[in-house]
Amino acid sequence: GILSRKMSIDTYNGSSMIGMIGKDCIAIASDTRLGVQLKTIDTNFKKVFKATDHCLIGMTGLATDVQTLASVFRYKTHLYKLREGEEIRASTFSNLVATTLYEKRLGPYFADPIVAGLEKDHKTGKIVPVLATYDLIGCYQKCSNFAVGGTSQNMLYGACESYWKENMEPDELFEVISQCLFSSMDRDCLSGWGAEVYILTPEKLIVKRLKSRMDQF
Amino acid sequence: PPPMECIFGLVGDGFTLLVADASARRSVFLYKQDEDKIFPIDEHKAMAVTGEPGDTTLFAELIQKNLALCTLRVGVPRSPHATAHFTRAIMAENLRRSPYFVNLLLAGHDKDEGPSLYYLDYLASLQKLNFAAHGYGAFFILSLFDRYYRPGMSLPEAIKLANLCIAQLRLRFVISTPAFTAKVVDTDGVRMVDLKNEGVRMVDLKNEEEMVVVEE
Repeated sequence: GILSRKMSIDTYNGSSMIGMIGKDCIAIASDTRLGVQLKTIDTNFKKVFKATDHCLIGMTGLATDVQTLASVFRYKTHLYKLREGEEIRASTFSNLVATTLYEKRLGPYFADPIVAGLEKDHKTGKIVPVLATYDLIGCYQKCSNFAVGGTSQNMLYGACESYWKENMEPDELFEVISQCLFSSMDRDCLSGWGAEVYILTPEKLIVKRLKSRMDQF
Repeated sequence: PPPMECIFGLVGDGFTLLVADASARRSVFLYKQDEDKIFPIDEHKAMAVTGEPGDTTLFAELIQKNLALCTLRVGVPRSPHATAHFTRAIMAENLRRSPYFVNLLLAGHDKDEGPSLYYLDYLASLQKLNFAAHGYGAFFILSLFDRYYRPGMSLPEAIKLANLCIAQLRLRFVISTPAFTAKVVDTDGVRMVDLKNEGVRMVDLKNEEEMVVVEE
């Protein structure tokens, strides 16, 4: 790049992401910057994708691998639907993500996904939120409160730890996840330039585009 | 290879303009100043390529020929969206085998999509944009576009903006790139455009009078 600094693959494009569990709902928020080291290419880059109607997957890390993995997961979930006759469940999908990443154990995809979904427990009928985070080779980690990822990960941990609480309704969840993302994203030069928040409830998926600080900070 | 070669493009009202610098250089040598880096892919698509010397032509021709084959098979040309994703897929597939060190801008025109511009870098990160640039020149050009670009510019306005970028590079970029080629993609197809960049011209070395440059 133009500055002589050692390039790190996971900070090449820049990203920030949070997944949070609420009361019968789940939210995932990400920034929308596509950068090449310190140059910003676009402020409208999609990092969160729909796996099914009840499951979202957001990926941080190298942009090309985020796009490749989005295709891979689309391919796998579509084939699953053709074979099994029904859409893949969120918990099954979260397992699929781990195995897909481990398939490339010796030459991994440089992306860290966060899976956020809702499923109905077939015995009790209750809505169970599914939130999982992974490292680049698929270390599956189920989260019971929030999951964070990206270049501003450390700052996100602090913000989420302070403001997350149990049983938040969708409106409050949206407020909390947005504020946590903004406060960390605004301090990270590699992520920011706008945010997208997805709130998944049993009835619908609400997508909001937010205008954050439109500068490098 | 160091990103000294510069390509940029913008989407206007019913057209996409692609501009590429016309120099072919290796280390300290400048081989030629009339190199055309913008390849017509299809009747309504063009691709400006920059990067590793052999890979650029190879990759551009690979896409050109594969798309011609697609069109022969299917009967209808692929949309710019499909072409961009096809190109990305080839690059991504080869990324972990034998990567193509090519940065490119794909410009297309479609009945449904209208004019479009796709940015694709050598790692196969794809993004549809209103304006984009590659190379060191991008650091200057993107700032100028941020300030002066408006959606739906006419072709004369777009050419004026392109000339402004070229003038800025001449003024502030350490590598001298006097010559640029430009192509425009619209409903009529892909055609060459004369940028008429005033004051920027190639020196005719056979004409001895030209060798003496007097700046007033």
